Amino acid sequence: MSAVTETTYTPETSVGRITNFVDERVGGSGILREFGRKVFPDHWSFMFGEVALYSFVILLLSGTFLTFFFDPSMAETHYNGSFVPLKGVEMSVAYNSSLNISFDIRGGLFMRQVHHWAALLFVASVSVHMLRVFFTGAFRKPREMNWVVGGVLVILSMAAGFTGYSLPDDLLSGNGLRIIDGVIKSIPIIGTYISFFLFGGEFPGTHIIGRLFTLHILLIPAVILLMIAIHLFMVVVHKHTQYPGPGRNDHNVVGYPLGPVYAAKAGGFFFIVFGVVAFMAAAFTINPIWNYGPYDPSPVSAGTQPDWYIGWVDGALRLMPGWLFGFPLEWHIPFPWGVNTLTLNVLLPALVPAGIVFTVLFTYPWLERWITRDNREHHVLDRPRNAPTRTAIGMAGFVFYCVLWAAASSDLIATHFFVSLNDVTYWLRGLFFLGPILAFIATKRIALALQRKDREIALHGRETGRIVRLPHGEFIEVHAQLDDYKRYKLVGFESPEPMPGIPNSKGIVTKSEKRRAALSRFFFEDRVAPATPAELEAGHGHAEHEAIDPANHDAKSISH
Amino acid sequence: MKALSQKRRHPLAALVLLLMGLMLTGGVYAVATTLNQAKADTTTYSANDIKEGNKLFIANCATCHGMGASGSASGPSLVGVGAAAVDFQVGTGRMPMQMQGPQAQRKPVQFDATQTKQLAAYVASLGAGPSVPDASLVDGKGNAANGGELFRVNCAMCHNAAAAGGALTRGKFAPALAGVSGQHIYEAMVTGPQNMPVFNDANITPNGKRDIITFLKTIEADGSPGGNDLGALGPVSEGLFVWIAGLGVIIAFTIWLTSRSS
Ligand code: HEC
Ligand code: HEC
Ligand code: HEM
Repeated sequence: MSAVTETTYTPETSVGRITNFVDERVGGSGILREFGRKVFPDHWSFMFGEVALYSFVILLLSGTFLTFFFDPSMAETHYNGSFVPLKGVEMSVAYNSSLNISFDIRGGLFMRQVHHWAALLFVASVSVHMLRVFFTGAFRKPREMNWVVGGVLVILSMAAGFTGYSLPDDLLSGNGLRIIDGVIKSIPIIGTYISFFLFGGEFPGTHIIGRLFTLHILLIPAVILLMIAIHLFMVVVHKHTQYPGPGRNDHNVVGYPLGPVYAAKAGGFFFIVFGVVAFMAAAFTINPIWNYGPYDPSPVSAGTQPDWYIGWVDGALRLMPGWLFGFPLEWHIPFPWGVNTLTLNVLLPALVPAGIVFTVLFTYPWLERWITRDNREHHVLDRPRNAPTRTAIGMAGFVFYCVLWAAASSDLIATHFFVSLNDVTYWLRGLFFLGPILAFIATKRIALALQRKDREIALHGRETGRIVRLPHGEFIEVHAQLDDYKRYKLVGFESPEPMPGIPNSKGIVTKSEKRRAALSRFFFEDRVAPATPAELEAGHGHAEHEAIDPANHDAKSISH
Repeated sequence: MKALSQKRRHPLAALVLLLMGLMLTGGVYAVATTLNQAKADTTTYSANDIKEGNKLFIANCATCHGMGASGSASGPSLVGVGAAAVDFQVGTGRMPMQMQGPQAQRKPVQFDATQTKQLAAYVASLGAGPSVPDASLVDGKGNAANGGELFRVNCAMCHNAAAAGGALTRGKFAPALAGVSGQHIYEAMVTGPQNMPVFNDANITPNGKRDIITFLKTIEADGSPGGNDLGALGPVSEGLFVWIAGLGVIIAFTIWLTSRSS
């Protein structure tokens, strides 16, 4: 965009002159040129980030509507709206205004439901997006920092959801806050103080809704927005990853340029997501606050659950026993200033599982880099089966999460499958420890088996089921050879081998080096090597491997 | 007066005080409960009802509840449970009980209205107990808002705030209350079937019970203003729905969108 060309260019139409005027000052065409030419590979699993983004936009739109009518005050009032079963009931202004949004403001109930469904979809799509990034190894260099930004986004989206869930001040959300209050109070010594500061006195106090409101509509969305901006900026800088395929390598990106094809698609996709959310909001009720009644600390309803993304923490609380082998988990410790309680049966389940999950989440890219000594940039993704140990670790974490998640609905599992609630709890306690281990072993075996199958097919082709009898009487099954593109997918991947510890400059293999070697063995000792060109040749007597060598095959790619 | 204040410090004074307190509460409780029952037992049954009821009872119930409804190893004594208990248990199909288990469950009703009345008459004749409520108490024309509050405080912990039911320990459960008649709701409260506590008239007044019935009937009739209620099970069904249906549809769209280009 040199100054000379710009000053000499005079558009003919008046619209053209106006746009040119703006462009010369804003530089829009430069930005468009830069971004419009970004290439975005096409695969359905790459679209969950977009789903998250779009549901976030929907949240902003519908949330703004709700703020017009919601009043976060905890002052007492008497309901006088059109929902008969609550007429005259004493309640907080916050609950009253949520009911009014639902029953007396045109389109209010629809917007509430849009907002809540979009919130559930938002966290769900963020999670699936994260799983996709993990299982394909997209977090590897240079994207580790973006993975961390993503991790912060998961936590923020859960926080956004929880603060929003608490706003209507109905019985359900109040029960949820009560649990949070209990968890805060279980923090030794300072817990009670924190709770009193947070609630402005003894639970529930008269401040919490207003404070949560500020967090929910101001602070958390602002930070999410900032994080999304950083996140997407980094996606553009790093360029998107791609699945392995002929002509795709760590130096190019194969796909469509962002504009106009991809941008048009993305715009359309926004409306699809909006449409799905709007349909759910129109046809299915969510969080029917009028059923729960106003918050009152004494009643607790059966079936009180948090929204799904907080469920796993609730599940941990449900699984934790109060006594372990005859020892109570609640202790009263006499201090000089008085007795302090240590309620491990609340503190441990609230902090430990979440602590484990997030620690592993944030450190995993560095952990794997340290073990593999792999300092190269990766822009080509792994198929999950081709990184069996990582995939197995991911599944172990996933099962761990799901056990806790299931525990949050233990009562509904009991009533709907006609089993005893106690048995559900015992089984889930067992699975809490065994589930991840079994998932690890099973996943790793399955991944290796799939690799073996791939190798088999690459070498000998696909079984056709056609049995042919040869002239000399032998029966063979005819195998159909794959075409080069398909075969490339099956052989074009890296399969690292375990690395022994490397002595340092003094010739000593240090302790940490030994640990690294042990982990490397753990990661890579079970491996199925991809079929090599030589093996392929021996396998079916064709010299096809050259055509599928990624290094000299980028005719179809757009390089960056 | 002085003597009394000196004896106050006697070592047995506390014991005497405790005994007095216990007797007082016991006495008040006894008066309160008999009041309840005395008031409850107002319906009159003919001698023929009782006779027919006895026959039905011997044929259908005595194997478990014993002759004279005095109880056996497989069923409790029914002396004093009242007509309301029989009307509820037989009228909802729970009795005669189908099988041993954590709790007797609803099943198709086996006796018609007359037979149920006769069975109730027979059991009521064995000892005073809560009777079948007056029609004016179960008409569902009370105050729904007040009923809602009573329901949330007294019943929601087991039956769920939207009366969708909930789990209790060891396979027991509080059932969903949609479709239960006003009369049976009332009887459930006064007799406390199985794992449900009794809510006598001192706990919840007859008018309060009428309001609860009104509340339950109102929310049942109103349905779900926001669309399909997904079983009214709260966030669990909502979460399942968004993962399976919501995300499922969106994944289908993503696959469709990306398949178009290649
Ligand atoms: C298979 C055995 C069985 C049969 C047959 C049976 N019952 Fe029962 N019944 C029970 C048991 C067991 C209970 C106690 C349930 C509990 O509390 O968990 C019970 C409870 C009851 C109660 C409630 C008692 C209370 O304290 O409120 C009534 C009323 C009753 N039965 C009436 C009948 C009548 C009337 C019949 C005949 C039509 C009948 N039962 C047949 C086993 C039986
Ligand atoms: C401790 C938990 C508990 C509480 C509190 C409780 N219930 Fe129940 N309720 C139960 C159980 C358990 C049953 C099932 C009894 C059976 O199957 O015989 C039941 C059964 C019922 C039934 C019969 C439903 C049917 O399908 O026939 C009604 C009606 C009912 N309850 C109403 C109430 C009302 C109204 C209240 C509040 C005043 C209440 N319950 C409080 C546990 C409870
Ligand atoms: C508010 C939530 C989020 C939004 C709006 C969002 C948005 C996006 C978008 C649009 C992309 C590009 C398309 C794609 O690969 O899907 C992307 C890529 C990426 N996201 Fe997210 N994301 C979010 C949360 C997360 C989380 C929780 C993580 C992981 C902890 C994460 C890690 C990544 C990484 C590493 C990439 C690069 C992927 C690649 O190039 O293959 N993101 N994100």
